[in-house]
Amino acid sequence: MRYEAPETVEQATALLAGTSEARALAGGTDLLVQMRADVVDPSLIVDIKRIAETRAVTEDNGGWRIGAAVTGAELKEHAALKKAWPGVVEAANLIGSTQVQGRATLGGNLCNGSPAADSVPALIAAGGVAVLVGPQGRRELPVEDVMLGPRKLALGKGEFVVSFRLPPRPPRSSDAYLRFIPRTEMDIAVVGAGVSLTVDAGGTITAARVSLGAVAPRVLLVREAAQAIVGSRLERGAQDRLEAAARAACAPIDDKRGTIEFRIQVAGVLARRAALIALDRARTN
Amino acid sequence: MAKHHIETTVNGDAVEFLCETEDTLLDVLRDTLNMTGSKEGCASGDCGACSVTLDGRLVCSCLVLGCEVGGRRIETIEGMAKGEALHPLQKKFLEHAALQCGICTPGFLVASRALLERNPNPSDTEIRYWLAGNLCRCTGYDKIVTAVKDAAVAMRSGHNG
Repeated sequence: MRYEAPETVEQATALLAGTSEARALAGGTDLLVQMRADVVDPSLIVDIKRIAETRAVTEDNGGWRIGAAVTGAELKEHAALKKAWPGVVEAANLIGSTQVQGRATLGGNLCNGSPAADSVPALIAAGGVAVLVGPQGRRELPVEDVMLGPRKLALGKGEFVVSFRLPPRPPRSSDAYLRFIPRTEMDIAVVGAGVSLTVDAGGTITAARVSLGAVAPRVLLVREAAQAIVGSRLERGAQDRLEAAARAACAPIDDKRGTIEFRIQVAGVLARRAALIALDRARTN
Repeated sequence: MAKHHIETTVNGDAVEFLCETEDTLLDVLRDTLNMTGSKEGCASGDCGACSVTLDGRLVCSCLVLGCEVGGRRIETIEGMAKGEALHPLQKKFLEHAALQCGICTPGFLVASRALLERNPNPSDTEIRYWLAGNLCRCTGYDKIVTAVKDAAVAMRSGHNG
């Protein structure tokens, strides 16, 4: 097994494109575990962390650009990003232990291809865009279009995620992410819900995005759930419509972590609670 | 395939070693550098027994490749005591019987030191969340939390325990 740590995206894509069974390495908290368990057996590992763009958090035309290999611990310490996108940062910070936070990344969480990935619903709710580089150059994909199903990504040969773009934030905007796990820490989401919204001066929601994780083969952008609360002040009726729309979008599996019925029920609850938190944050932002 | 030649810093000392791509930092520490204080509990990032800091950041050394650490700064349990003088956390773990079999202890000590460097006065809740990635099957954790709090008191008052 070869290991390369290129410093440019061009070198990285050439390496990834030129080798069968090549894998990009960011924090390694999934890849190394899967190698150890013989789930994957790459012939080449391309460590993307020496490419400057993968490790930077920068303000970008009023929005933000977050490198694909920035760790959860680094996001937590970034006060300005946390103020602009508290839901994205809190979702990233739910992944694993303190030790895992020291390594785990947004790029890795997305490209591991799990529908239960905590940071992905938050990025989708945020309107996040994945910046991909490959042999054909650079392109952008909405985060909701990157994952096609469990372990299946819309990445071409030699392509990898180098960074994420989060859009400019209008005044009175915020976001939130909640997940259900049977414990309080160190677990994989049974259901996850991310909500991002903007309110006007009177407290009416003018824009919203709702995303649900672990209730379908891929993380969902639920437009009907967003439509259910736009134009409202999240009164009880709007909350009920949000819950119903969230539940209607779910197509979960039964497994040891939760039944179909439980996941559908909890998806509505978490969508409502996340929306209320995002609304509270937006009013004071 | 030639082995990787890596130059790095461990506990302040310049170190060089050879490793295969699949060797983890934990493999290198234990099998190549003979620093066996870091333990392999799970080898999947769940138990924290292999905790070290990498450029000051707490990580599981079983989830880092040896070939990734060139030019980095690694701190392990072996660097915690200064000669015969134990670190306050080590003293308080002894005083409070915060260990039984001892396999998890190096990881708890390294992780607790990383906490106290950032937060010299953590609450019980902050200690428990910070250490959620360190598993102990003996103590039930209460004595560990007590020892960390007491070490924090000692370190804040400038005593070495």
